[in-house]
Amino acid sequence: MRYIPHTEDDIRQMLTRIGVDTVDALFSEVPSDLRLNRDLDLPEALAETELLRNFKALAAVNATAQTHLSFLGGGAYNHFIPAVVDQLISRSEFYTAYTPYQPEISQGTLQAIFEYQTLICQLTGMEVSNASMYDGASATAEAVLMAVRSTRRKQILIADSLHPEYRETIATYCRHLQIDLVALSFAQNGQVDSDELSAHLGQQTAAVVVGYPNFFGVVEDLAKLSTLAHDHGALLVSAVAEPISLGLLKSPGELGADIVVGEGQSFGMPVSFGGPGVGFFAAKQKAVRSMPGRLIGATTDIHGKTGYVLTLATREQHIRREKATSNICSNQGMCALMAAIYLSLLGKKGIREVAEQNLAKAAYARAAITAIPGFCLPFSAPVFNEFVVETTKPLDSLFIRLERLNILGGIPLTRYYPGMENRFLVCVTEQHRREEIDVLVTALKGGGA
Amino acid sequence: MNRIGTSGLQLNEKLIFEHSDSGRCGYSLPKLDVPAVSLPEQMIRTEVAGFPEVSEIDVVRHYTRLSTWNYGVDSGFYPLGSCTMKYNPKVNEAAARIAGLADCHPYTPGHLSQGALELMFHLQTALAEISGFAAVTLQPAAGAHGELAGMLMVRAWHEAKGSRRSKVLIPDTAHGTNPATAALCGYDVVPIESGGSGVLTAETVAQFMNDDVAALMVTNPNTLGLFESDIKKICEIVHAGGGLVYCDGANLNALMGIARPGDMGIDVMHFNLHKTFSTPHGGGGPGSGPVGVAKKLIPYLPKPVVVQNKTEYKLDFDRPESIGRLRSFYGNFGIMVRAWAYILSMGSDGLKFASQMAVLNANYIRARLAAVYHLPHQHRSLHEVVFSDANLPNDCHTLDLAKRLIDYGYHPPTIYFPLVVKGAIMIEPTETESKEILDEFCDAMLAIAKEAAENPDLLHAAPTLTRVGRLDETAAARQPCLSWLPEGL
Repeated sequence: MRYIPHTEDDIRQMLTRIGVDTVDALFSEVPSDLRLNRDLDLPEALAETELLRNFKALAAVNATAQTHLSFLGGGAYNHFIPAVVDQLISRSEFYTAYTPYQPEISQGTLQAIFEYQTLICQLTGMEVSNASMYDGASATAEAVLMAVRSTRRKQILIADSLHPEYRETIATYCRHLQIDLVALSFAQNGQVDSDELSAHLGQQTAAVVVGYPNFFGVVEDLAKLSTLAHDHGALLVSAVAEPISLGLLKSPGELGADIVVGEGQSFGMPVSFGGPGVGFFAAKQKAVRSMPGRLIGATTDIHGKTGYVLTLATREQHIRREKATSNICSNQGMCALMAAIYLSLLGKKGIREVAEQNLAKAAYARAAITAIPGFCLPFSAPVFNEFVVETTKPLDSLFIRLERLNILGGIPLTRYYPGMENRFLVCVTEQHRREEIDVLVTALKGGGA
Repeated sequence: MNRIGTSGLQLNEKLIFEHSDSGRCGYSLPKLDVPAVSLPEQMIRTEVAGFPEVSEIDVVRHYTRLSTWNYGVDSGFYPLGSCTMKYNPKVNEAAARIAGLADCHPYTPGHLSQGALELMFHLQTALAEISGFAAVTLQPAAGAHGELAGMLMVRAWHEAKGSRRSKVLIPDTAHGTNPATAALCGYDVVPIESGGSGVLTAETVAQFMNDDVAALMVTNPNTLGLFESDIKKICEIVHAGGGLVYCDGANLNALMGIARPGDMGIDVMHFNLHKTFSTPHGGGGPGSGPVGVAKKLIPYLPKPVVVQNKTEYKLDFDRPESIGRLRSFYGNFGIMVRAWAYILSMGSDGLKFASQMAVLNANYIRARLAAVYHLPHQHRSLHEVVFSDANLPNDCHTLDLAKRLIDYGYHPPTIYFPLVVKGAIMIEPTETESKEILDEFCDAMLAIAKEAAENPDLLHAAPTLTRVGRLDETAAARQPCLSWLPEGL
């Protein structure tokens, strides 16, 4: 076994030193009736070359953006990843380390995450960011719990247009905590219905939770929503599933959001069948002691030299146990590092340019698709790089036809929104060339090879 | 010869923001091939203020230099107890990067993502076999997330029977995530003292068990590295009282191919793929925390569930009794790929051998150090051994020992955990370390004990060979500085 270095001679010498005769004797505390007296029923061990062949065979039957022209988004996005990202995260000093419990030999991870926290603050317009969470959905659920903690109120208003899987996750997290979850429908234009919001807001409302952009790609009017929420002493939680948009859109912080969470997969991570990505979580300074998750802070060593440490740990489970702000232990450190590298490469200029390209290409696709007879855009509010298309044609047969042309045309919405049998969500990013968008348009028209 | 840490060339490096110079960029896109458009002015920002402006080489040098300030498993011995810092095989990294796996979108239709679904199905089947459970979900993103899934299933099971129990029993040796998770599921935590032997007895559990107890959460082997030898009887007592038994599977690395938690009567357990199944810890994640359950909990598994339907694999969303979902999509798939590569590389014999050698290594360290370091519990150790600082003289404590080990070129063990051992030193060598490495480490531990007696200042001043010395954690918490601000702000 190439991962285990012991020779028979080593084993013999070690057993002698321990003072037992056999390896089996080391397990004497495991009662014999609990022993597994057979081999595990697992596939036979493979050599490295066989192993790779096996995985390549599995990979070969999956459709990807390389094998198909894909317009899938919905919380996982196909963006260009510069080669630098993978090269740098392959430094094994980074990926074979654990949580930086010993700061003197973890300054690499600690400083990188400190930079990640800073980048997230700059992007979201908030004052403090934690060191990351599992994903956008669980970060949003944690934001709901934090809002309940800090307002001591129990009602949460959740936009129906928030990513459906984020809504389901919130429901799972809140199920046994006597939190009242109220759904907010969307108006004709695809934004949260502010009249309905006003009607629901009250003295018990802890927070209003909306997507920015929302699941339909629509950019919510956060300024209006935050004013309404704040008028009732409630917080605004903004969940950003596609944070490339923040290169262009006003930051949620500037528009009055109190907690900004989201999914950072767009920042240099492959879609990887849905994970791992990275949940980001940012809030106001005054709320820092109520935040979940790890925080990295700057300090100095005994010689006065700057260094970084895990800090404010008294919020956390390993100290506070059942009274902790969250049960979370590990974060998504490696993915936070990927985001920091990606955002550093892009910088001020790159994040703006990639956001503008996403906006422009999606606009081009929208204009071309609405020009096709039998297709329209049901929502009129501004969108970023995703949009909902409605068609008079049966969606099933349309998608079968697109697939035959090697096109993944988007996400049918009926599974999440009963009544939307004729609608699907299309995502266009900087990765799509104009000709490729034209191929989709031609195919929707009924043409194509 | 001991591979003592040296003070070689240490590169200084400022923050990425401090490299910034207006106009630089390390990224390029093709020219826009469609008409540019804009949004209404009130919707857009002028810039992302503070974002760095650096060239590609600035980024590459910056993060390369930072990486040299880190200590990983690939740098050297990393006996961080309870974290199972075993070697992370490189072929696993290659497998996870294969385009058809890394670039498959989670909303790809099922018939076009059969490879991804098949891999998940094989992995969950293998984990069920290794642990003795009836079914496994791969959805949770980490161990604590798996605990949440597991305890929500416990609660759903009780509620389906109309039972409204409010308490969960947790031994005082448990990870902090256990009580935090129980609280998140709306339960009150009842701590159980494990007692002098370090092992939970059936009598103790019987004393605490009553009809308001929903579950017992145990770790087996426990955080002292000891097998809970009464476990079968404990499970029977809890079951007879109408409760369920949750097992924290953090320490499964001691038991693969030797004994199965499912066979012991445990109802639900999470795995840590980043511990037992060799996936990298990544500086603190991403992990993956699958959960195995007994047959009676299958209806409550998080959805969707990966199922095999004749020759096709599919995601089953039609699970009316499911606890729901705990995150978006299906779990940390990229980590699952690595774990499945590990299981395929090891096979049945390899996994059992891994557990055997992990236990041999821990017992070897114990045998070499027990004459000098205080060993609070006498039961046979499994995959890890917990000493205390009781024997260290001259005001030298566990923290000083840990910092001195850094000067010797090692990552320190887990310290001050479990909480029941005062000044705990928790050493988990894992199976991937050779006898030579263990001998060097033990020599260093013994040398430090001698230093503590003869020249304790060496311990109190340590580490002296690192880039930074001991850091002021009190100041960091008193006046938190959690992000960089440009000068003048």
